[in-house]
Amino acid sequence: MSRPSNSLLLGRGVRLAGVAAFVVGVAILPRFLSDFRASEFARVGIFFIALIGLNILTGYTGQISLGHGAFMALGGYTSALLIAGRPGLELAQLDPPDWIPVGNGMKDIWTIPIAAFVAGLFGFLVGLPALRLRGLYLALATFALAVSLPIVLREPEELTGGTNGLNLFGTTDDRLTGALDNAVHIPVLDRDITFNDWTYYLVWTTALIGLAIAWFVLRGRSGRAFKAIRDSEVAAASSGVSLASYKTLAFGISAAYAGAAGALFAIVSTIVSPGSFPVFLSIQLLIGVVIAGLGSLGGLVFGALFLYYLPVGIQELSEVGRLPDGLQDAAKSPGMPSVIYGVVLILVLFVLPRGAAGFLRRLLSPLTNRL
Amino acid sequence: MRLCDGRTSGTSVAELLQQVVIGLSSGAIYALLALALVLIHRATGVVNFAQGEMAMFSAYVAWQLVQWGSPYWVAFGGTLVLSFAGGLLLQRVVMRPVENAPVLTIVIVTLGLLLVFNGLATWLWSGEVRTFPPNRPFPTRTFDIGGVVINVQDLGIIAVTLFLVAGLWAFFRFTKAGLALRAAALYPESSRLVGIRVGWMLGVGWGLAAALGAVSGMFTAAAFPPLEPTMMQAVLIYAFAAAVFGGIDSPLGAVVGGLTLGVLLNLVGTYADDLQDLGFPVDLEGLRLPVAFVFILVLLVARPQGLFGRASARRV
Repeated sequence: MSRPSNSLLLGRGVRLAGVAAFVVGVAILPRFLSDFRASEFARVGIFFIALIGLNILTGYTGQISLGHGAFMALGGYTSALLIAGRPGLELAQLDPPDWIPVGNGMKDIWTIPIAAFVAGLFGFLVGLPALRLRGLYLALATFALAVSLPIVLREPEELTGGTNGLNLFGTTDDRLTGALDNAVHIPVLDRDITFNDWTYYLVWTTALIGLAIAWFVLRGRSGRAFKAIRDSEVAAASSGVSLASYKTLAFGISAAYAGAAGALFAIVSTIVSPGSFPVFLSIQLLIGVVIAGLGSLGGLVFGALFLYYLPVGIQELSEVGRLPDGLQDAAKSPGMPSVIYGVVLILVLFVLPRGAAGFLRRLLSPLTNRL
Repeated sequence: MRLCDGRTSGTSVAELLQQVVIGLSSGAIYALLALALVLIHRATGVVNFAQGEMAMFSAYVAWQLVQWGSPYWVAFGGTLVLSFAGGLLLQRVVMRPVENAPVLTIVIVTLGLLLVFNGLATWLWSGEVRTFPPNRPFPTRTFDIGGVVINVQDLGIIAVTLFLVAGLWAFFRFTKAGLALRAAALYPESSRLVGIRVGWMLGVGWGLAAALGAVSGMFTAAAFPPLEPTMMQAVLIYAFAAAVFGGIDSPLGAVVGGLTLGVLLNLVGTYADDLQDLGFPVDLEGLRLPVAFVFILVLLVARPQGLFGRASARRV
């Protein structure tokens, strides 16, 4: 291969600078934020992780999924059950059957990879029948998953706590880091940080690790296979790409990310219930991925920010807002938040039909295109 | 959901027939909404997630017209006209700017519309629970054919639905406008060359779909009271299942799928208790939605193009 041209190097430089700025920004942000904002950004990070996964499946492999909330639920419950363990469940007056490997309670951090693995396995299994479905049919099937899983999670009350779910606060001693005394001791730096700051760093460290893994996978053979499948299944198959292997792999990987996000949700919120993972969550994830820009990792943080802050912003607008009186009353009335959300969503898509990533690409194209 | 309980102490065959009729009636409602979905998908390749909420909004409009004093069927007709106009406007104003965007973007726009209509209905009419009486589409009488008790309303809903479906078929088959619509959907470029205003044809498609949805919504309000903003959400899911069951581009499939699904769900609901007595491990009554999905999924895995769809060969 010939030496890359100057403009290509410049493009790479721009992207590298962007990533570096992002990592640095994430690392130092809590210093400028209040405790509450740190917890908000932790939740943004949870969306971010789930969006990485969904983007791999929908953006890079072209398989639509309206069911990723279900994988988050799976990860969340797995994590909660493992953290609580039998002693914690007994405290909550739950008595699951003996054959379920709940264990005796585990530190919260270690449940994250386990939850990701469990969700990933389940995602892989879902990917198998999904091989026969495409487009709308796949969307409907995954939507069925999203609708059914909360119901399925609610039924075995002795294991999952039924409608009330599992409350980790108080059923564990120090397995849930820092929750009880709101102080986490970092041995390396010999400082104490608050629970919210701790969750922020936990989530974003996981997010950055996840982003790095995704970047490696996507620029390698699997990534090329995914994109080939998205662009033309027939051409991909003719070129020797095994559709079945890569589609199920994509499902598994994306579900694993969602599972990790769900586990972090359990740790951050200290409670999981069927209501934490409603159908709307799955829809939100799809919205987030489209707003972020399909098929690119660059816009994901904007998608996550959109998902978290739009509802919050609307609520603040209706309660605290500085609108003239007539509008203020209208903004507070029931139904208006939905209308505003919908209108903003549609307008954003009018302006950015290819999402934030598409916009960034257009913006930076003078720098990154060959002349 | 059970309608006015049609059970009598008759033979179990009579009871079965009664439940089939009730099932056909709810199935007709699903079929109408499914038909609307198929219409838009055939014309534009887009799935309109907002169809259910638009139908709900139309039902509220009808309710408002009745409140302002018009007799039921006048309000019905007025709502059809207004819904048609609304659907047309929606396509021209909201869908046109994104018609060249990626499919998923367009789908999310329809999701946005879903949120807007849901919020708008709650805002304009509040989430208060309302009912349509005393103005109802059909009298609440029942009549008895040889031991089988049938509701006039159920028959009325089935009849109107069949009439509308037949009318729509005739429109597409025998009128120039219908032909223009079909042409615009199938071959937009060639249609433009012949002078067909493709954009407006798509708008008409949306208008027709909105009108069909309006009928579905108004009948839902009559058959499954009360009238509330969330009333079409389950119906939309059933309509999706019905549309997919028949193959997303087949109107006949949508109607057959809707009717079948209605009957199936009603029978499951009716005999769930009996099944449990026989040892079936789960209480199916509360799981009607997952049962519908399982049924659809089993069908799709066996026949991915739906019952009436054509297996398309994929071009390289």
